[in-house]
Amino acid sequence: MNVGDLLRQPHLWACGAGEDGIAASSRVRLARNLRGHAFPDWAGEDENLRVWRTLEPVLRALPSMQGSVSAANEAMTDLDRQILVERHLSSREHARKGRGSGIVLRADERLAVMVNEEDHLRMQSLECGLRLHEVWERMEALDREFEERIACAFSPRLGYLTACPTNVGTGLRASVMLHVPGLVLMEEMAPVVNGIQKLGLAVRGLWGEGTEAVGNMFQISNQMTLGAREEDLVGDLDRLVREVIDHERNARARLMRSRETVVRDHVGRALGILGHAHVLTSNETLSHLSALRLGIELGIVERLDRATVDALLLLTQPAHIQRAAGRPLGPRERDEARARLVRERLGEPPRRRRVRKTKA
Amino acid sequence: MKCEICKAQEASVHLTQVMDGEVKKLHMCEDCARKGGINIENPVSISDLLLGLGKEEPVEEAPAAPDRACPVCHLRQADFRKTGRLGCPECYAAFATELAPLLRQMHRRDHHVGRTPGAVPGGVSPAEEAAAVQEALDRAVADERFEEAARLRDRLLALRQRIAAGSPAAPEARP
Ligand SMILES: [Zn+2]
Ligand SMILES: [Zn+2]
Repeated sequence: MNVGDLLRQPHLWACGAGEDGIAASSRVRLARNLRGHAFPDWAGEDENLRVWRTLEPVLRALPSMQGSVSAANEAMTDLDRQILVERHLSSREHARKGRGSGIVLRADERLAVMVNEEDHLRMQSLECGLRLHEVWERMEALDREFEERIACAFSPRLGYLTACPTNVGTGLRASVMLHVPGLVLMEEMAPVVNGIQKLGLAVRGLWGEGTEAVGNMFQISNQMTLGAREEDLVGDLDRLVREVIDHERNARARLMRSRETVVRDHVGRALGILGHAHVLTSNETLSHLSALRLGIELGIVERLDRATVDALLLLTQPAHIQRAAGRPLGPRERDEARARLVRERLGEPPRRRRVRKTKA
Repeated sequence: MKCEICKAQEASVHLTQVMDGEVKKLHMCEDCARKGGINIENPVSISDLLLGLGKEEPVEEAPAAPDRACPVCHLRQADFRKTGRLGCPECYAAFATELAPLLRQMHRRDHHVGRTPGAVPGGVSPAEEAAAVQEALDRAVADERFEEAARLRDRLLALRQRIAAGSPAAPEARP
């Protein structure tokens, strides 16, 4: 595979879809294992390698995976593997694995299959915006195609068998990434998190930890995988997410009514720093981009669009920064390169800048 | 806040999960979390941790044969406790007794109701499924989970009808 090819295309996040951008992306993943084979962590490297060599051509030939690329883990650099993690195509756990693991993914990034992560197969379907049902349909089609060719470990009582009992049954984890600065600014996120957890779903910050999520991005997902139909797991999450989105809309409206100046100041400062800073840490960038994204959605910032911000949320992450630089960078160099990239994309329109520069 | 496991180090990993309608929280230090097989970057559930931490003090099972192993992959119970992960698909049968309470804690029900592999070689026939549903039904009745039992009974009846009609989708249905 050429991860560089992936880099050149805009990421799914930056699709610009989704009415108000609160739901950034939707994802469904299925855990599957081959019948008669030990799970990856217990199997030796040789067996994992046999499984990878068996599965890779099968997966690439599936109708759903037309136009896919694949790569064995040991054939990728650390940076390439990290890029896949930052693009949500691979997991940190998978990135750490060596010989015997690999990935097959469609060039449009909507379908990706990790081979020999915790399970033999972790198939995922990804889409921007809130489109869980569409994402599930695509996932199910891939699963069916796969099952016609390879027998999965399945028990009539326990369903699809997985390395960890937390995934057994459907093997399904559906998740939605939500940008909820309104709830965070109104200090209403904690009760929302509490309510979600009481319903048996998991919520965590995409960046940072717990309710202190950097960048106000939260991922909500189902926890239980056994004892419910796939459509119900997906449907329950979809309904819950729509409720949270309504809460966020309300919070934003109240925020603008009660603290409009504070919000404008918050957004304006973020834009000022992003447009002019020369050193930007990852967390600082995420917080300010979140404020800017809110500003765009509230109509406070008009000369930028959400797709620009979403692209930056991805491109300013460490591996992407280093890939763009063409070499590994130390933390300080990364912060400088990050600031440069953000300035270029958000700064004053280029024509005016050039005029100023030629003065010298 | 001190770690609830070793009671020595500062707790920096905080897990929350809803179990049986009750919110449980566990605070622990990174060392103990790691020992418990918790992926600190992406903690899954308290149950995972309990699985891993039962080494000296078994969670709730009888002091049966201490180190049974899966006959297929030879994973021992101790290995499972250490990592929270099973060795192969057959482990589910080998450790069925130990897994049952854990599965009930982690999930909505203790049996699968979702998709089944379609007309796959070796897929599940309605007869096999009916046997499993019957088993689950018996358990539900024994545990006085009547709502679930009623649902299982309906499912069983539907399956029996399919078997009687000789469902074309299930060529391998046993007589
Ligand atoms: Zn401790
Ligand atoms: Zn086994």
